[in-house]
Amino acid sequence: MIISRRQRVLASLTAPAYLWLALTIFLPLSAMLYFSFLTVAPVGGRESSFTLAHYRAFFTKEVYWYNAWRSFELAFYVTTFCVVLAYPAAYALTHYIKGRWREALFLLVVLPFWSNALVRTFSWTMVLRGDVGLLFTYPAIVIGLVHAYLPYAILTIYVSLEAIEQSLTEAARSLGASPLAAFLRVTLPLSLPGVFAGAILIFVPVTGSFMEPRILGGKNAMMLGPIIENQFTAVFNWPLGAALSFIMLAIMLLMLAAGAPFFARYLRQG
Amino acid sequence: MTHSQWTRRHVLAGLATLPAVGLLGQTSRANAKEIKVLNWQGYGTDEKWALEMFEKNTGIKVTHDYFNSEQEMLTKLRTSPGTYDVVLMNNTFVMDAVKERLIDPVDSAKITHWNDLSPAMRDSERFVQDGKHYAVAWVWGVTSIAYSTEKITSKPDSLEALWDVANKGRVGWRDDALESVQFAALATGQDMNFPKDLDAVRNKLMGLKDQIKTFWSSEDEWNKYMAAGDYAISTYWSGSAARSKKAFKLPVEFVVPKEGAIGWFDGLTIAAGAPNPEGAAAFIDFMVSPQFYVPWDTNVGAPASANAAANAALPADALNRVVLGDAETVKRLHWMAPMSDQVRQSYQELWDEVKTSFTK
Repeated sequence: MIISRRQRVLASLTAPAYLWLALTIFLPLSAMLYFSFLTVAPVGGRESSFTLAHYRAFFTKEVYWYNAWRSFELAFYVTTFCVVLAYPAAYALTHYIKGRWREALFLLVVLPFWSNALVRTFSWTMVLRGDVGLLFTYPAIVIGLVHAYLPYAILTIYVSLEAIEQSLTEAARSLGASPLAAFLRVTLPLSLPGVFAGAILIFVPVTGSFMEPRILGGKNAMMLGPIIENQFTAVFNWPLGAALSFIMLAIMLLMLAAGAPFFARYLRQG
Repeated sequence: MTHSQWTRRHVLAGLATLPAVGLLGQTSRANAKEIKVLNWQGYGTDEKWALEMFEKNTGIKVTHDYFNSEQEMLTKLRTSPGTYDVVLMNNTFVMDAVKERLIDPVDSAKITHWNDLSPAMRDSERFVQDGKHYAVAWVWGVTSIAYSTEKITSKPDSLEALWDVANKGRVGWRDDALESVQFAALATGQDMNFPKDLDAVRNKLMGLKDQIKTFWSSEDEWNKYMAAGDYAISTYWSGSAARSKKAFKLPVEFVVPKEGAIGWFDGLTIAAGAPNPEGAAAFIDFMVSPQFYVPWDTNVGAPASANAAANAALPADALNRVVLGDAETVKRLHWMAPMSDQVRQSYQELWDEVKTSFTK
């Protein structure tokens, strides 16, 4: 087989990144997958044997599955609010704002990214305290996380809206569609890839968030993320922590797989 | 555990560096004018002024490595023999380390302050095996309750103050499984180290649902919540209460209630195969001396010293003298016992169940 110059260039450009990913993600993950089937972490001469007990614990003990549900529920709320708030903003940015104003507004959108997440969260404690009275409640967690992840949704939706040919909407209008109909039947479907991309970018990390819930939610912060963290830092139960993480990963992959046909339809159109 | 004020903020960094530690630890060190200390970060041995004082007196340069949990400390000793000289150890872990031959006995003749150390801690069965001392008693402290003198006018004398409806929605609580079980065991009249009725512990903890304002996990957070008026009363550490009062000028008082409170003590040990055991003994001797301890407690804030002479040299208003210096108070303390990983894990699950019940 003759390897073309193009393929060689491609390989040399991508190899470092893939090697790095393989080393830093695949190896530790494999070790953790192995640990998740052991009775105890095989550190310091401990005897360990094969077990499925940690995976069983997730399904038999309410404390684990119920908190996994709470993690997904929170991710659902945060993602929904982000998309609902981001869509009009992205639409306005593409259609009504031009030139330097658009640049200025983009700067404002990404500005939160430049500050430390912990600092942002602590600023929220000051806003939500006192008369607002929301600090240490569930809505406080949602507010803080929506603020943190909103830029992802605005940026991804903006990119897909921007890519839509203006002439398509004009064509729909000239064929007699009302502005609303043109939006619903032309613009919205074409922008869905951006909506999905944003939703996935937000849903996945929010499921594992623990810092914002803990600082803003107080007693309402109980989710699976902190439980997993404690298995590693507080009680030296790496196998259970690993098993819980892989179950979360599996559920998320299942959700993506279930949605894939639906996504694929729109992604092709986009 | 009792030291999480130094740990939580480093937890992530610690996890990230864990695999690298074994490799880095292997590099050998030839210089006899050096010692390496393994401890929690910010826990006395790494005070800059103290290390300068020590180096000036002995010519020995001190370097540090840190751990973020006791398990990590043991792992470092196991995977990097011959790297560390002095290791800080909570008393409940010393005999485990002896069993695994991770530490060597200490020659008491090299500790000039030996006779000033409180015998109860110095000769504790947690430190001594076959007549050999494996750790030098260093500092001790109490986990109990502190309250705001602005919000609560009469000094609480019982743990029940945490469950009192008058304090509904203004109680602070550390998000820690072991400590939670210990407090609930004391409040239900059980042995803190071996509570038999765990259902009573669970129910007692579930009763905190409307009491707790929010959890704290570090000294820094505790000060923020107390200053903002979120807490009227909270679980807390004795050394930290002294710092909150002195350094942050918060109107708080630390009390040991009638049911008692959680006592802990730490020792300094010499690692097995330490490159510089002489230097290690000299450093431990300096650590238990009043020359180090008095400025540490006065300027920074510290747990109580195991050296009675050092405690006695503190200013008369120091918390370590006023509260912990009282013999009657010390009698009410319950000392933490060693505990297996399995029990620790079962407590974690119990505490996670309790916290889940708070969200329903």
